[in-house]
Amino acid sequence: MYTLSNRLKIVSLILIILGAVLWGTSYFSSHHVTKDDVKAMLADEASHGSHGDAHAVADSHAPEAAHDTHASEDSHGQTDSHSASADHGDEHAEHVMHQIHNRPYSALYVAAFFFMMIALGALAFYAIQFAAQAGWSPLLFRVMEGITYYLLPGALIVLAIAMFAGDHIFVWMNDEMVNPESDKYDKLVAGKSGWLNTTGFFIRGLIFIGGWSLYRFFARKFSLAQDQAPEGDKRNFKKSFRIAAAFLVFFIYTESMMSWDWIMSVDPHWFSTLFGWYVFAGMMVCAVTVMAMITIYLKSKGLLSQVNDSHIHDLAKFMFGFSIFWTYLWFSQFMLIWYSNIPEEVTYYVTRINDYNLPFFGMIAMNFLFPLLLLMNSDYKRIPWFVIMTGVVILAGHYIDVFNMIMPATVGDRWFIGMPEIGAILLFAGLFLFIVFYAISKQPLIAKGNPFIKESEHFHY
Amino acid sequence: MEASKVIHAIYNDDDVLMHAVKEVRAAKHHIEEVYTPFPVHGLDKAMGLAPTRLAICAFLYGCVGITVATLMMNFIMIEDWPQDIGGKPSFSYLENLPAFVPIMFELTVFFAAHLMVITFYLRSKMWPFKQAENPDPRTTDDHFLMEIPVQGNEQDLHNLLAKTGAVEINVVDKAH
Repeated sequence: MYTLSNRLKIVSLILIILGAVLWGTSYFSSHHVTKDDVKAMLADEASHGSHGDAHAVADSHAPEAAHDTHASEDSHGQTDSHSASADHGDEHAEHVMHQIHNRPYSALYVAAFFFMMIALGALAFYAIQFAAQAGWSPLLFRVMEGITYYLLPGALIVLAIAMFAGDHIFVWMNDEMVNPESDKYDKLVAGKSGWLNTTGFFIRGLIFIGGWSLYRFFARKFSLAQDQAPEGDKRNFKKSFRIAAAFLVFFIYTESMMSWDWIMSVDPHWFSTLFGWYVFAGMMVCAVTVMAMITIYLKSKGLLSQVNDSHIHDLAKFMFGFSIFWTYLWFSQFMLIWYSNIPEEVTYYVTRINDYNLPFFGMIAMNFLFPLLLLMNSDYKRIPWFVIMTGVVILAGHYIDVFNMIMPATVGDRWFIGMPEIGAILLFAGLFLFIVFYAISKQPLIAKGNPFIKESEHFHY
Repeated sequence: MEASKVIHAIYNDDDVLMHAVKEVRAAKHHIEEVYTPFPVHGLDKAMGLAPTRLAICAFLYGCVGITVATLMMNFIMIEDWPQDIGGKPSFSYLENLPAFVPIMFELTVFFAAHLMVITFYLRSKMWPFKQAENPDPRTTDDHFLMEIPVQGNEQDLHNLLAKTGAVEINVVDKAH
């Protein structure tokens, strides 16, 4: 039985407060930026153009070129509302001002989604273990259940941020864009308004969260009931098996739709068919990594003494395998679009390669090369500190992956991993740690009623 | 040639064989070879065999494969005749890299897999028309055979093996 230590409570509280302060400061400072401030800033950047890299980057963007970030508003000639008589400098300043205003919202959203997807991936992994009747993993079920406890609050927070941020993140949430009378009318977005409308977004979000949480609630309930069941009574296990199979069907549909809604729609002019799988692969890597880290932590405190290095080895194998699976999907999406180079699809990568070069390619090193080379050797997969070290890099890499999916659409080239981003990460890391370890502390760490628990205890590879 | 005589102890159960191997090793006898009809899990550990290095070979072969792929396509597509094919940028290898990745991947796997298999054949001395080295045809069906060289301790060995549950113990003269 794990007890939530005071130290952990204090650490998570400090993370939450520090994160909230950092994020809040940057939120207020960026919201006081007006168009005149931006103009002054742009003029300053232009006059200091030759000084540093940062200035040069801002400078190199001619007003016209900078418009492709909020593509839906500004590019696509047929919808371009800005009359020729309007001062172009003004237009540019307004665009940059929006980007500056969007940044704290996006930073919060990226971090919230990142931690939510860990819990969601853990839930899917947990269901797979039941559906596949895995013999190695029952010792880790309570750890997985603990991680999935974050899903309900985490997903509600993501949805709340999405609704609260509105068109700061999702441009299609601006009603003007679907109004043919408005000068912001966008024919492409209007054409998609059957799916992309705020009411539908909200209702779908609630259905996704409701379905996931319902499975999580009953899975936990049956798992605990199985512990209390008399010897030989497997009814609760059978129920777990059935709902796991049903959930996996529900999950793969809703996860896919969730990825269109919550991520892909930040670029409402762009679409990709394997996007759902790509997001899925990312969340599975993160989930397995966090599972391995928490297991190693609890084991180091002597609480999971029956977990042996073969269990760690298996988790590390999943980290390795899913990392490569993620890379496969990342590359398939990238290469197909790069190869055919169709303008309406390729802008997605043009923005990322031009404005996000280091994070975009850096994450390939972090999410692919690093785990590939470090976790290939089967001896290394059994060494706890090796798994932790690789895990830290994988988690950081997948944060950048989510960052790369959201930020180019909302802040464009005005990105930086600074106060709002780090603040949001700390805030949600604190919340995640507190909620997950609270859930782990509620019940004994071994699901002793599980019919496969003996096999799991003697598991060795 | 003292060790030209060997003892063949035959078992009909893999569990009994595992125990026998442990006991024979505990009694400090050298086990020349064990013949089994199927892989016995943990037998290599019980016999104290060194772990295989085949995986390390495969990794190195994979490195060779990716090098071959890179050098080949860099020479053909970029250096030798950099044509404009459908507008793909052939100015440098990096610029056209995504198009080469499928081949780089396949050649890595191809080299790693095939050279590893060939290494395995060479190291385990297997090839077509090779004379089978099977001391007893029953070991391919349902019997397990442990071969121990006799070094003037024939009676001791015989007793030990009989105690471990061998169903048949034969002394064989190996001098050809």
